[in-house]
Amino acid sequence: MGKRVGIVAVYQTKYEESKPYLHIHDLAYEPIKEILKISGLKFVGDGTGIDAAIGASQDHWDGYAISSKLYQDQIGGHLRPESRVRGDGAVAVFYAAMSILSGHYDTIIVLALAKESQVDGRLVESFGFEPNYTRMLGLDFLSAAALQAQNYIDKYGISPEQAALVVVKNRRNARFNPVAQAPADIEVQDVLNSPMLSSPLRELDTKPTSEGACTLILSTEEKVKKWTSKPVWIEGVGSCYDSSFLGDRELAEPRSLTSAALQAYRMAGISDPKKEIDVFELSEYTSYQELLWAEGLGLCEKGDGGKLVQSGATEIGGEVPINPSGGLLSGVPVNVAGADRVIEAVLQLRGEAQGCQVEGAKVALAHGTMGPCGQFHQIIVLRRGY
Amino acid sequence: MKERVAIIGIGQTKQSYLKPEVNAEEMVNEAVRKAIEDARLSMKDIDAVVSGNIEFLEGHYQADCQFADGFGAWMKPGLAIQTGGCTGGSLVVAGTMLAASGLFNKVLVIGWQKMDATPFTGAINTTREPIYDRHLNVGAAAFLAARGIRYMEETGCPEEIASLSRALVSEGASRNPYTHINRRLTAEEVMKSRVIVWPVRFYHLAPTSCGAAALVLANESEAKKAVKKPVWIKDLVVVHRETSVYRGGAVEVSSSPDAVEKAATTLFKRNGIVNPRKEIDVWETYSPSSWYDMFDMERRHIAEKGQAWRLIEKELTRFDREIPWNPSGGVVCSNPIGASGMLRVLQAALQIRGEAGGHQVPKEVRLAQADAYGGTHWSEFFLLSKYLS
Repeated sequence: MGKRVGIVAVYQTKYEESKPYLHIHDLAYEPIKEILKISGLKFVGDGTGIDAAIGASQDHWDGYAISSKLYQDQIGGHLRPESRVRGDGAVAVFYAAMSILSGHYDTIIVLALAKESQVDGRLVESFGFEPNYTRMLGLDFLSAAALQAQNYIDKYGISPEQAALVVVKNRRNARFNPVAQAPADIEVQDVLNSPMLSSPLRELDTKPTSEGACTLILSTEEKVKKWTSKPVWIEGVGSCYDSSFLGDRELAEPRSLTSAALQAYRMAGISDPKKEIDVFELSEYTSYQELLWAEGLGLCEKGDGGKLVQSGATEIGGEVPINPSGGLLSGVPVNVAGADRVIEAVLQLRGEAQGCQVEGAKVALAHGTMGPCGQFHQIIVLRRGY
Repeated sequence: MKERVAIIGIGQTKQSYLKPEVNAEEMVNEAVRKAIEDARLSMKDIDAVVSGNIEFLEGHYQADCQFADGFGAWMKPGLAIQTGGCTGGSLVVAGTMLAASGLFNKVLVIGWQKMDATPFTGAINTTREPIYDRHLNVGAAAFLAARGIRYMEETGCPEEIASLSRALVSEGASRNPYTHINRRLTAEEVMKSRVIVWPVRFYHLAPTSCGAAALVLANESEAKKAVKKPVWIKDLVVVHRETSVYRGGAVEVSSSPDAVEKAATTLFKRNGIVNPRKEIDVWETYSPSSWYDMFDMERRHIAEKGQAWRLIEKELTRFDREIPWNPSGGVVCSNPIGASGMLRVLQAALQIRGEAGGHQVPKEVRLAQADAYGGTHWSEFFLLSKYLS
């Protein structure tokens, strides 16, 4: 990347299973109000404030067509530039970075939000499948992820115990994360005893229903340096779509993730991610996916994801710490997931991750995904700038 | 300094009420193939794919993922954008940002809607607040009607003017093989069409259409190597608006600041355009009803407030006259929503190329204004130019 884009400020709400006392308007209000306070910036387009806004949300989860209308005034969209990424928040961060690099805007606020509890999420996800042949099989993203996990088990001999270690690690890490929804001091046996949802995925192997929102402010190198003493730079970005039809994909080989990661590594000048990246915040909708994503990112050989977690390498003090924040398994909503990964990476690089801090973290990778079984991936590589 | 971006490939499907012979992915694929072929490229040359529609209308979830293969996005970077009726404009904005970022040389931008799978008014009513507004089931027509009534009251414009305006755009539409309603109409025929919500009649209103549009955008160095003459996106302006005090059309149109006018004013001022009526050679606007034409001309400073209907009365807005207003037929002739805003840009680009066909305006087109409109009066405005400087 020629010019630099950096992070000025971040804010997360507390993530909870349900926030029945907040409408979507209200949910958007807190993280926007707070980030304006933290950054001291205003919605003014004269070069001294926030020029434009990008949201990340999806009509289906909001129950409204054109649901971005619900937060136009909160996000500073009144008589000003605004757009919406339909999907994951990490993509909105990517789009904001591109908009700044293009020279059209200097400073952009990104908002991601979802209220999962108000919707039958599995019904929504079933609409993500082709209607004539596959939707009627009852596929949703959970049952598709179960096919993926089973394929992974069959191909490489991954065991449910190894996958359960991911859950134990992430839920324990979440104990130190003040916004985490479901911190828990659990054992492997608790995971293996939890109810079966879609074989081989048990309840604790999957992301719980969650609600919340988060915001980021991105800007040009010059302004970031002026506005914060702890700049964090976006050094590399990459994204990639795989095929839609599950039968056209090797579900245990996340090739679109590898492609996205290689784009970002090249841009950030990273040749050995295992050595050069200090912390990874990944969107693991299931325990098995964290192992698969580690393989796709080149952190271990294919099929060695299980051994990687067993070795302790992905713990906070390990060689490749993954999800020190607790990750999605500790409860982060859809849409918010990828943007929240970026925020957790930023907190790590600023040394503000409290009990889940990876000591001396200089480079971090944040990841978002969309579509069933990780069809699309977005990678953002960030570097500490002070 | 912004990197300059140009349109180097153009593709669209025929727009129609029904497309039972294809699914959404197949429909889009036709436009994608045409755009790639028009640019004399192959999919290998495309660095990123930006796509979008209003997802709630057909009920597909994460359509960019579901149709990734037909969209040409397989193993490529990209993203999906959705705003409102202005989605097509938001897509062109996103494609322009990516192409100008320095990371992507050529970006494929896709806008589409397949409204034969859509209970449109039912779906669009879900944009309303659920406790007070949604059960009124007003759809879009009532808001357009309120605008029309207000315009007549304020300006003394006769009711027949909207019908004449519709007849004038039908002159271009009847020569545009891609548009949905391409029937040539007289003002009398339009007046005789049934009333939907008075004074809005059937032909005054954007239809529900199926269709897809695709553009290949390129940065300056790539655009200069393009086979066809590039059409430059000289500037763009995005103006959205809040919605929280939105309580019915009549109140809303009279009391709220105007996002469309702000977008137009900003665009013209920034590009040194002092007399848009003279300096802009072609207008392709997202005017969702013939009752918006007068209002939209005034917001774009083509006429003084309350005076635009006199331009229509003199028939100056026909595609081959002084003010070529929606020579393609515009949104009232064809409205596959997620594609509509892009089709405005696409049609303006065809005019600049001189490739519009039967509805090509009879003069050199150097500057064209195109825009998308939707949501709660959100606007994406574009100034397209034949020459780089």
